[in-house]
Amino acid sequence: MRKHIFTLLMGIYFGIVLVKTQVVSWQNINDMFYFRSAYMYLVIASAIAVGAVSVFIIRRLNAHTVEGEAIEIQMKPFHKGNVIGGTIFGMGWAITGACPGPIYAQIGAGTLLAIITFLGAITGMYFYAFLQPRLPHDSFAWLNARTGSAGSPP
Amino acid sequence: MIEWLLQPWPWYVSGPLIGLTVPILLILTGKNLGISSSLRHIGAACNPRTRLPYLSKDYSWREHIWSIIFVVGVIIGGFIGNYLLSADPVNFLPSGFVSVTGVFLLFGGGILIGFGTRYADGCTSGHTIMGISALNWPSLVATIFFFVGGLISTWFILPLFGF
Repeated sequence: MRKHIFTLLMGIYFGIVLVKTQVVSWQNINDMFYFRSAYMYLVIASAIAVGAVSVFIIRRLNAHTVEGEAIEIQMKPFHKGNVIGGTIFGMGWAITGACPGPIYAQIGAGTLLAIITFLGAITGMYFYAFLQPRLPHDSFAWLNARTGSAGSPP
Repeated sequence: MIEWLLQPWPWYVSGPLIGLTVPILLILTGKNLGISSSLRHIGAACNPRTRLPYLSKDYSWREHIWSIIFVVGVIIGGFIGNYLLSADPVNFLPSGFVSVTGVFLLFGGGILIGFGTRYADGCTSGHTIMGISALNWPSLVATIFFFVGGLISTWFILPLFGF
Protein backbone atom coordinates (compact mmCIF):
# COMPACT_ATOMS: atom_id res chain seq x y z
CA MET A 1 0.00 0.00 0.00
CA ARG A 2 2.83 2.38 0.88
CA LYS A 3 4.29 1.74 -2.53
CA HIS A 4 1.02 2.70 -4.23
CA ILE A 5 0.93 5.97 -2.27
CA PHE A 6 4.50 6.76 -3.32
CA THR A 7 3.56 5.97 -6.93
CA LEU A 8 0.57 8.31 -6.78
CA LEU A 9 2.65 11.11 -5.23
CA MET A 10 5.33 10.69 -7.90
CA GLY A 11 2.66 10.86 -10.58
CA ILE A 12 1.38 14.10 -9.07
CA TYR A 13 4.93 15.47 -8.95
CA PHE A 14 5.52 14.49 -12.59
CA GLY A 15 2.21 16.05 -13.69
CA ILE A 16 2.95 19.34 -11.91
CA VAL A 17 6.42 19.55 -13.44
CA LEU A 18 5.14 18.71 -16.95
CA VAL A 19 2.56 21.48 -16.73
CA LYS A 20 4.84 24.08 -15.15
CA THR A 21 7.51 23.35 -17.75
CA GLN A 22 4.91 23.77 -20.47
CA VAL A 23 6.31 20.76 -22.31
CA VAL A 24 2.64 19.84 -22.57
CA SER A 25 2.00 22.84 -24.82
CA TRP A 26 1.30 22.16 -28.49
CA GLN A 27 2.97 25.44 -29.42
CA ASN A 28 6.21 24.47 -27.66
CA ILE A 29 6.32 21.14 -29.50
CA ASN A 30 5.65 22.91 -32.79
CA ASP A 31 8.41 25.47 -32.13
CA MET A 32 10.80 22.63 -31.29
CA PHE A 33 10.21 20.86 -34.60
CA TYR A 34 10.52 24.12 -36.53
CA PHE A 35 13.77 24.84 -34.63
CA ARG A 36 12.31 28.19 -33.58
CA SER A 37 13.22 27.83 -29.94
CA ALA A 38 15.89 25.98 -27.98
CA TYR A 39 13.62 25.67 -24.95
CA MET A 40 12.43 22.08 -25.42
CA TYR A 41 15.91 20.88 -26.36
CA LEU A 42 17.32 22.42 -23.17
CA VAL A 43 14.57 20.85 -21.04
CA ILE A 44 15.10 17.41 -22.56
CA ALA A 45 18.90 17.62 -22.42
CA SER A 46 18.99 18.77 -18.80
CA ALA A 47 16.43 16.10 -17.80
CA ILE A 48 18.58 13.40 -19.42
CA ALA A 49 21.75 14.80 -17.80
CA VAL A 50 20.23 14.64 -14.31
CA GLY A 51 18.68 11.24 -15.04
CA ALA A 52 21.95 9.82 -16.35
CA VAL A 53 24.00 11.01 -13.36
CA SER A 54 21.34 9.58 -11.02
CA VAL A 55 21.27 6.20 -12.73
CA PHE A 56 25.08 6.12 -12.71
CA ILE A 57 25.12 6.76 -8.95
CA ILE A 58 22.36 4.23 -8.27
CA ARG A 59 24.28 1.59 -10.22
CA ARG A 60 27.60 2.50 -8.60
CA LEU A 61 26.19 2.33 -5.08
CA ASN A 62 24.11 -0.71 -5.93
CA ALA A 63 21.29 1.23 -4.26
CA HIS A 64 18.11 -0.38 -2.95
CA THR A 65 14.55 0.89 -2.72
CA VAL A 66 13.26 2.31 0.57
CA GLU A 67 11.74 -1.11 1.16
CA GLY A 68 15.12 -2.77 0.74
CA GLU A 69 14.52 -4.37 -2.67
CA ALA A 70 17.28 -4.40 -5.27
CA ILE A 71 16.76 -1.77 -7.99
CA GLU A 72 16.56 -3.25 -11.45
CA ILE A 73 17.16 -0.90 -14.37
CA GLN A 74 15.51 -2.22 -17.54
CA MET A 75 17.61 -2.39 -20.67
CA LYS A 76 15.06 -2.65 -23.46
CA PRO A 77 16.34 -4.55 -26.51
CA PHE A 78 16.66 -3.07 -29.97
CA HIS A 79 14.05 -4.28 -32.45
CA LYS A 80 12.48 -2.99 -35.66
CA GLY A 81 9.64 -1.39 -33.70
CA ASN A 82 12.07 1.18 -32.27
CA VAL A 83 12.44 2.55 -35.80
CA ILE A 84 8.99 1.99 -37.35
CA GLY A 85 6.94 2.51 -34.19
CA GLY A 86 9.21 5.35 -33.12
CA THR A 87 8.59 7.24 -36.37
CA ILE A 88 4.83 6.65 -36.17
CA PHE A 89 4.73 7.87 -32.56
CA GLY A 90 6.80 10.95 -33.46
CA MET A 91 4.24 11.83 -36.14
CA GLY A 92 1.43 11.66 -33.61
CA TRP A 93 3.44 13.61 -31.04
CA ALA A 94 3.90 16.57 -33.41
CA ILE A 95 0.28 16.53 -34.59
CA THR A 96 -1.32 16.48 -31.15
CA GLY A 97 1.41 18.31 -29.23
CA ALA A 98 1.39 15.55 -26.65
CA CYS A 99 3.29 12.40 -25.85
CA PRO A 100 1.60 9.98 -23.46
CA GLY A 101 2.56 11.78 -20.20
CA PRO A 102 1.34 15.17 -21.44
CA ILE A 103 -1.95 13.66 -22.66
CA TYR A 104 -2.84 12.89 -19.04
CA ALA A 105 -1.36 16.17 -17.78
CA GLN A 106 -3.35 18.16 -20.37
CA ILE A 107 -6.58 16.45 -19.34
CA GLY A 108 -5.90 17.26 -15.68
CA ALA A 109 -4.99 20.82 -16.61
CA GLY A 110 -8.41 21.33 -18.14
CA THR A 111 -7.41 21.09 -21.82
CA LEU A 112 -10.32 18.71 -22.24
CA LEU A 113 -9.85 18.25 -25.99
CA ALA A 114 -6.93 16.03 -24.99
CA ILE A 115 -9.56 13.42 -24.07
CA ILE A 116 -9.93 12.95 -27.86
CA THR A 117 -6.17 12.39 -28.09
CA PHE A 118 -6.43 9.87 -25.25
CA LEU A 119 -9.27 7.96 -26.95
CA GLY A 120 -7.19 7.89 -30.13
CA ALA A 121 -4.20 6.57 -28.19
CA ILE A 122 -6.29 3.75 -26.67
CA THR A 123 -7.58 2.92 -30.17
CA GLY A 124 -4.01 2.89 -31.49
CA MET A 125 -2.94 0.60 -28.66
CA TYR A 126 -5.73 -1.84 -29.67
CA PHE A 127 -4.55 -1.69 -33.31
CA TYR A 128 -1.13 -2.69 -32.06
CA ALA A 129 -2.54 -5.45 -29.86
CA PHE A 130 -4.44 -6.90 -32.87
CA LEU A 131 -1.58 -6.58 -35.33
CA GLN A 132 1.26 -7.47 -32.96
CA PRO A 133 1.65 -11.11 -34.04
CA ARG A 134 2.03 -9.97 -37.67
CA LEU A 135 4.34 -7.00 -37.20
CA PRO A 136 8.10 -7.42 -37.58
CA HIS A 137 9.87 -7.44 -34.23
CA ASP A 138 13.29 -8.66 -35.40
CA SER A 139 15.54 -7.95 -32.49
CA PHE A 140 19.01 -8.71 -33.84
CA ALA A 141 20.04 -10.84 -30.84
CA TRP A 142 23.73 -10.72 -31.73
CA LEU A 143 23.68 -6.93 -31.58
CA ASN A 144 21.80 -6.76 -28.30
CA ALA A 145 24.00 -9.43 -26.76
CA ARG A 146 27.10 -7.40 -27.56
CA THR A 147 25.75 -4.22 -26.04
CA GLY A 148 24.04 -5.42 -22.89
CA SER A 149 20.45 -4.68 -23.93
CA ALA A 150 18.37 -7.54 -22.68
CA GLY A 151 14.88 -8.94 -22.62
CA SER A 152 12.55 -9.59 -25.49
CA PRO A 153 10.64 -7.13 -27.63
CA PRO A 154 6.94 -6.61 -26.85
CA MET B 1 9.02 33.05 -4.11
CA ILE B 2 5.28 32.47 -4.53
CA GLU B 3 5.14 34.77 -7.53
CA TRP B 4 8.07 33.00 -9.08
CA LEU B 5 6.40 29.65 -8.47
CA LEU B 6 3.28 30.78 -10.30
CA GLN B 7 5.12 31.69 -13.52
CA PRO B 8 6.16 29.06 -16.09
CA TRP B 9 9.41 27.56 -14.81
CA PRO B 10 12.65 28.12 -16.75
CA TRP B 11 14.29 25.11 -18.41
CA TYR B 12 17.16 24.88 -15.94
CA VAL B 13 14.63 24.30 -13.15
CA SER B 14 12.08 22.13 -14.88
CA GLY B 15 14.44 19.98 -16.96
CA PRO B 16 16.37 18.78 -13.89
CA LEU B 17 13.08 18.29 -11.98
CA ILE B 18 11.85 16.03 -14.77
CA GLY B 19 15.17 14.16 -14.65
CA LEU B 20 14.87 13.72 -10.88
CA THR B 21 11.70 11.69 -11.41
CA VAL B 22 13.94 8.83 -12.56
CA PRO B 23 15.92 8.27 -9.32
CA ILE B 24 13.10 9.20 -6.92
CA LEU B 25 10.71 6.77 -8.58
CA LEU B 26 13.39 4.05 -8.55
CA ILE B 27 14.21 4.55 -4.90
CA LEU B 28 10.64 4.89 -3.63
CA THR B 29 9.00 2.20 -5.76
CA GLY B 30 11.69 0.38 -7.75
CA LYS B 31 9.86 1.27 -11.00
CA ASN B 32 11.49 2.48 -14.21
CA LEU B 33 9.86 5.69 -15.42
CA GLY B 34 7.50 5.08 -18.34
CA ILE B 35 4.05 6.29 -19.26
CA SER B 36 2.93 4.72 -22.50
CA SER B 37 2.71 1.24 -20.93
CA SER B 38 -0.32 2.62 -19.06
CA LEU B 39 -2.24 2.39 -22.36
CA ARG B 40 -1.62 -1.34 -22.48
CA HIS B 41 -2.61 -1.81 -18.86
CA ILE B 42 -5.78 0.21 -19.25
CA GLY B 43 -6.59 -2.00 -22.25
CA ALA B 44 -5.92 -5.15 -20.26
CA ALA B 45 -7.90 -3.90 -17.27
CA CYS B 46 -10.92 -3.12 -19.47
CA ASN B 47 -10.80 -6.51 -21.22
CA PRO B 48 -10.04 -9.19 -18.64
CA ARG B 49 -11.33 -11.92 -20.98
CA THR B 50 -9.48 -10.89 -24.11
CA ARG B 51 -7.56 -13.49 -26.08
CA LEU B 52 -5.18 -10.99 -27.62
CA PRO B 53 -1.77 -12.17 -26.47
CA TYR B 54 -0.55 -8.59 -25.98
CA LEU B 55 -3.25 -7.97 -23.38
CA SER B 56 -3.37 -11.36 -21.73
CA LYS B 57 -0.12 -13.30 -22.03
CA ASP B 58 1.83 -13.47 -18.77
CA TYR B 59 -0.32 -10.67 -17.56
CA SER B 60 0.29 -9.78 -13.95
CA TRP B 61 -2.17 -7.31 -12.51
CA ARG B 62 -0.13 -6.83 -9.33
CA GLU B 63 2.96 -5.91 -11.28
CA HIS B 64 1.32 -3.41 -13.61
CA ILE B 65 -1.29 -1.63 -11.51
CA TRP B 66 1.37 0.95 -10.56
CA SER B 67 1.33 2.34 -14.08
CA ILE B 68 -2.38 3.21 -13.86
CA ILE B 69 -1.93 4.70 -10.35
CA PHE B 70 0.95 6.78 -11.71
CA VAL B 71 -1.06 8.28 -14.57
CA VAL B 72 -3.96 9.08 -12.23
CA GLY B 73 -1.32 11.03 -10.30
CA VAL B 74 -0.24 12.81 -13.49
CA ILE B 75 -3.85 13.90 -14.12
CA ILE B 76 -4.11 15.26 -10.54
CA GLY B 77 -0.70 16.91 -10.91
CA GLY B 78 -1.81 18.54 -14.16
CA PHE B 79 -4.79 20.02 -12.35
CA ILE B 80 -2.68 21.27 -9.42
CA GLY B 81 -0.03 22.70 -11.73
CA ASN B 82 -2.42 24.65 -13.91
CA TYR B 83 -5.06 25.80 -11.41
CA LEU B 84 -3.38 25.98 -7.99
CA LEU B 85 0.21 26.74 -8.96
CA SER B 86 -0.43 29.09 -11.84
CA ALA B 87 -1.23 32.78 -12.06
CA ASP B 88 -3.15 32.32 -15.31
CA PRO B 89 -4.36 28.83 -16.20
CA VAL B 90 -3.21 27.99 -19.73
CA ASN B 91 -4.99 26.12 -22.51
CA PHE B 92 -2.35 23.88 -24.04
CA LEU B 93 -3.94 23.40 -27.46
CA PRO B 94 -4.39 26.29 -29.93
CA SER B 95 -7.98 27.35 -30.49
CA GLY B 96 -7.79 26.02 -34.06
CA PHE B 97 -8.30 22.52 -32.64
CA VAL B 98 -11.88 23.36 -31.64
CA SER B 99 -13.14 22.31 -35.08
CA VAL B 100 -14.01 19.18 -37.01
CA THR B 101 -10.53 19.16 -38.56
CA GLY B 102 -8.97 19.67 -35.14
CA VAL B 103 -10.83 16.76 -33.56
CA PHE B 104 -9.96 14.58 -36.55
CA LEU B 105 -6.28 15.51 -36.16
CA LEU B 106 -6.27 14.85 -32.41
CA PHE B 107 -7.98 11.47 -32.77
CA GLY B 108 -5.79 10.43 -35.71
CA GLY B 109 -2.66 11.70 -33.97
CA GLY B 110 -3.73 9.83 -30.85
CA ILE B 111 -3.96 6.59 -32.85
CA LEU B 112 -0.41 7.16 -34.11
CA ILE B 113 0.74 7.77 -30.51
CA GLY B 114 -0.94 4.65 -29.12
CA PHE B 115 0.20 2.39 -31.95
CA GLY B 116 3.68 3.88 -32.26
CA THR B 117 4.61 3.94 -28.58
CA ARG B 118 3.50 0.37 -28.06
CA TYR B 119 5.35 -0.83 -31.16
CA ALA B 120 8.46 1.13 -30.14
CA ASP B 121 8.02 -0.20 -26.57
CA GLY B 122 8.30 3.25 -25.03
CA CYS B 123 7.73 6.96 -25.41
CA THR B 124 9.54 10.16 -24.56
CA SER B 125 9.46 9.15 -20.89
CA GLY B 126 10.45 5.50 -21.14
CA HIS B 127 12.95 5.84 -23.98
CA THR B 128 14.11 9.45 -24.14
CA ILE B 129 14.37 10.20 -20.41
CA MET B 130 14.68 6.80 -18.70
CA GLY B 131 16.28 4.77 -21.50
CA ILE B 132 18.94 7.28 -22.52
CA SER B 133 19.70 7.98 -18.83
CA ALA B 134 20.40 4.26 -18.44
CA LEU B 135 22.67 4.48 -21.53
CA ASN B 136 20.42 1.98 -23.30
CA TRP B 137 21.36 2.60 -26.94
CA PRO B 138 18.11 1.27 -28.50
CA SER B 139 16.34 4.07 -26.61
CA LEU B 140 18.56 6.60 -28.37
CA VAL B 141 17.66 5.02 -31.71
CA ALA B 142 13.96 5.22 -30.82
CA THR B 143 14.34 8.86 -29.78
CA ILE B 144 16.03 9.77 -33.06
CA PHE B 145 13.08 8.27 -34.92
CA PHE B 146 10.59 10.08 -32.64
CA PHE B 147 12.18 13.24 -34.01
CA VAL B 148 12.13 11.99 -37.59
CA GLY B 149 8.38 11.38 -37.27
CA GLY B 150 7.87 14.74 -35.57
CA LEU B 151 9.68 16.58 -38.35
CA ILE B 152 7.62 14.79 -41.01
CA SER B 153 4.34 15.80 -39.37
CA THR B 154 5.37 19.36 -38.54
CA TRP B 155 6.81 20.23 -41.93
CA PHE B 156 4.62 18.22 -44.28
CA ILE B 157 1.37 17.06 -42.65
CA LEU B 158 0.22 19.83 -40.29
CA PRO B 159 0.52 22.54 -43.01
CA LEU B 160 -1.94 20.57 -45.15
CA PHE B 161 -4.54 21.19 -42.44
CA GLY B 162 -3.66 24.83 -41.94
CA PHE B 163 -1.60 24.40 -38.75
